[in-house]
Amino acid sequence: MKLIFEKSVSGRQGFKLPVSDVPVQAKIADRFLRKAEAVLPEVSELDVVRHFTQLSQLNFSVDANFYPLGSCTMKYNPKFTEKAAGMPGFAELHPLLPQLKGGDRYVQGALEVLYDTEKWLCEITGMKAMTMQPLAGAHGELTGIMLLAAYHQAKGNKKKYIIIPDSAHGTNPASAAVAGYEIISVPSDKNGGMDIDKLKAVLTDEVAGLMMTCPDTHGVFNSQVSEIARLIHSVDGIMYYDGANLNATMGRCRPGDVGFDVVHLNLHKTFGTPHGGGGPGSGPVGVGEKLEKFLPISRVLKRADNTFVLDYNYPDSIGYIASFYGNFAIILRAYAYMLLLGGDGLKATSDHAVLNANYILTRLKKYYQVAFDRICMHDCLFSASKQTERGVHAIDIAKFLIDQRIHPPTVYFPLTVKEAIMIEPTETESKETMDVFIEAMIKADELSKSDPHVFHAMPVTMPISRPDETKAAREMNVNFFAPRA
Amino acid sequence: MNPYIANTQTDVRAMLDAIGVKSVDALFVDIKPEHAPKSFDLPQGLSEFEVMERLRLLAAKNTGALVPFIGGGYYDHYVPAACSAIISRGEFYTAYTPYQPECAQGTLQALFEYQSSICALTGMDVSNASLYDGGTALYEAMMMAIRITGRKKVIMDGGVSPIYRKLIKSYTHNLHFEFIETPVVHGQSDRVAMAKLIDKDTAAVIVQNPNFFGTIDDHSDIVEKAHAAGVIVVSSVYPVSLGLLKTPAEMGVDIVTGEGQSLGLPLNFGGPYLGFMATRKKFIRQMPGRIVGETVDADGRRCFVNTLQAREQHIRREKATSNICTNVALCAVQASVFMSLLGRQGFRQLAQLNLDKAEFAREVLGKVPGVEVKRSSPTFNEFTVRLPKDASDVVEAMIPRGFAAGFPLGRYYPGMENYLLVAVTEKRTRAEILSFAKVLAEVLR
Repeated sequence: MKLIFEKSVSGRQGFKLPVSDVPVQAKIADRFLRKAEAVLPEVSELDVVRHFTQLSQLNFSVDANFYPLGSCTMKYNPKFTEKAAGMPGFAELHPLLPQLKGGDRYVQGALEVLYDTEKWLCEITGMKAMTMQPLAGAHGELTGIMLLAAYHQAKGNKKKYIIIPDSAHGTNPASAAVAGYEIISVPSDKNGGMDIDKLKAVLTDEVAGLMMTCPDTHGVFNSQVSEIARLIHSVDGIMYYDGANLNATMGRCRPGDVGFDVVHLNLHKTFGTPHGGGGPGSGPVGVGEKLEKFLPISRVLKRADNTFVLDYNYPDSIGYIASFYGNFAIILRAYAYMLLLGGDGLKATSDHAVLNANYILTRLKKYYQVAFDRICMHDCLFSASKQTERGVHAIDIAKFLIDQRIHPPTVYFPLTVKEAIMIEPTETESKETMDVFIEAMIKADELSKSDPHVFHAMPVTMPISRPDETKAAREMNVNFFAPRA
Repeated sequence: MNPYIANTQTDVRAMLDAIGVKSVDALFVDIKPEHAPKSFDLPQGLSEFEVMERLRLLAAKNTGALVPFIGGGYYDHYVPAACSAIISRGEFYTAYTPYQPECAQGTLQALFEYQSSICALTGMDVSNASLYDGGTALYEAMMMAIRITGRKKVIMDGGVSPIYRKLIKSYTHNLHFEFIETPVVHGQSDRVAMAKLIDKDTAAVIVQNPNFFGTIDDHSDIVEKAHAAGVIVVSSVYPVSLGLLKTPAEMGVDIVTGEGQSLGLPLNFGGPYLGFMATRKKFIRQMPGRIVGETVDADGRRCFVNTLQAREQHIRREKATSNICTNVALCAVQASVFMSLLGRQGFRQLAQLNLDKAEFAREVLGKVPGVEVKRSSPTFNEFTVRLPKDASDVVEAMIPRGFAAGFPLGRYYPGMENYLLVAVTEKRTRAEILSFAKVLAEVLR
């Protein structure tokens, strides 16, 4: 498809600006001015709308396709939450209003949303306090590690290492490294959980904490979590809960009750906010007693008269981690989602997410090698090892699924499983949809026996075939206007 | 009842039978009784109608319908209806990171176009596909300069948003950097102080244009001095101003960041916003965040993919350039729609309109008795006035009269309690500006 710049015709403009009603034509000295206009496209409003509508039609999405991308929780995003976020009383609210003198008065509704969301997320996770400020999951991770660092610094602890299981998301080690820690990776045992003997072997007084996703990316809830917490606490380490998969256990287990000291959540996973093609997300962080005083500022408090106030007076706080109070319009969507579902509805989302994943696991076991032969949580993990012996890799199966109008599961992650295929149906998908997917997966297996060579041309129904990623990385053409390599 | 779950009792039974367990509870065997929640006390769920009603009441608790003259880096620009309409499309809104490029060309091409428009606006060679917001983008730029130079001293202009500076200090608290802030002189960067500080240990000089006081500057001379010592110059810019102002590329700046909220995003009480970042091609491998690149498919057709992923956390883990994963793709698409709608001439006109309205407001406010307007340095759409009393009291008095009169500088700049930062966008009318001046005069009387 042509780029919008290639549709540009000199003299066109897609937006009408007001005629100036002030008797001033201001002039800035030439030395402060740009030499030439920015070469933005010159197109009509219809050109823009048609262009982007046609672009959108090149995408798979939850609204149009089954999207079982493992660990990403591509559940349905209720439409009303978007309408809620667009309410002018919220959408037009300037973030500096509460920073005016007595400014909390002007944003009481917004502060109440933040306060209630924090309170409910605390109840769901068993944490004492929460900050809504982190702007995405990875940002929440960094915030959580900064809280952990503040704790050790305040106690005068000399800590150097963060322990992370090998099944963790890449953001875990990256976040811990950005915060200044060295990483110790612990392998998984044959059942998919963290190998507790290997954990004991690396546990020293220099360990600052452990980052644990629970259930983890293997889809496994580690039954030994309390024992792991005891071990980490024995060296005054902090138990960090990566909430990527909280969607499996709401109402069944709260991280705060099983020994975690700090959690981050992904509202765009568990709480139904949109993924947006890669953000914006929201990554609230909750803490237990130990870390509370280090939480970022500002914090939302409720006064005795039921009004709300932003409080900055926390001398031990790690300070400011975001410009304002978080991705408010995303938080508002999650708040609306929780209001609609209530406690029972949230528990039901977890129950059905786990049921759906186990259904797919059971049905596909005969055809694909399961990574860990056990009941799973929110996602089920396979390896395309059998198919690979026939020359058909996980990526080939992914491309086959695209031709069936199904978004592929996550492939080649987690790194612990060769030719990994990680399937997360979520609770919002019906049995019929999953059956279509299962049949497609079975068909792919059959085809890997009968006709393995046909996979390499797939997908054949999309606007493009497989891209040359090496060429992209070598030539680095990332700007239409730059000279081509 | 949960309207987002399709499974009926019959479905549940059939699936449990297939799995070979008796109940859903049996699927949670790994969660032992000792792991059970000590409490799970949440409200009863509501219907969609009831939720919307409750939110409407909450929204009404916010002070609505103020005429905004408040900015501070976040502006009341008009958001064209087409922007919201496009990003509400489920095909953009409910997709994820384009891991499978064949079924994600829509997002990928839109982000490639976004990157190209950011390059057109800033004059830089390459842009990433977005970061969280202007503040975190500036932090990432600083870290990038430290990686490029291997040095650990950073010089920060006091004209850089105090909101950004506070945030960067929190992030670097545990890391061993030398962090020096230089003052603002007559509203502009202090050349003398900076020249003294720039040396062979300096990683970066960080400036902002227009700065927090709204002042326009040409940082070319600072860039020249910095480059002579091998120092990276980072500039945080306000994108709308680039409709007119000298580009960071024309000044020789190495890394450009900024807050993209003014590119068609609502104020949203602080987010989601859009951090943009652009740099020179030679630094692309040190740039954090997703980057979309052009390539061809197996049949030779042009297409787009996430590229240079070897910098990123999901490949490099603790050795990645940043921990960033998800950024704000949807906001980037929204900004791209905005820039496409405005286009080459519209974008310049938008900037001129902002400039004219602000200039008019400055003239009008300057005539209010007791108000002093400094004219020593040029400004864009935001400027500072000195009031005869504490600006925060004046702003408070103006709210019941229907105006968000500006941002009192005393909050972030001790000693500037009487100074008010006033922003004027294309949305402010002559009548509103005149009325603002009249009410201000009444309040000051």
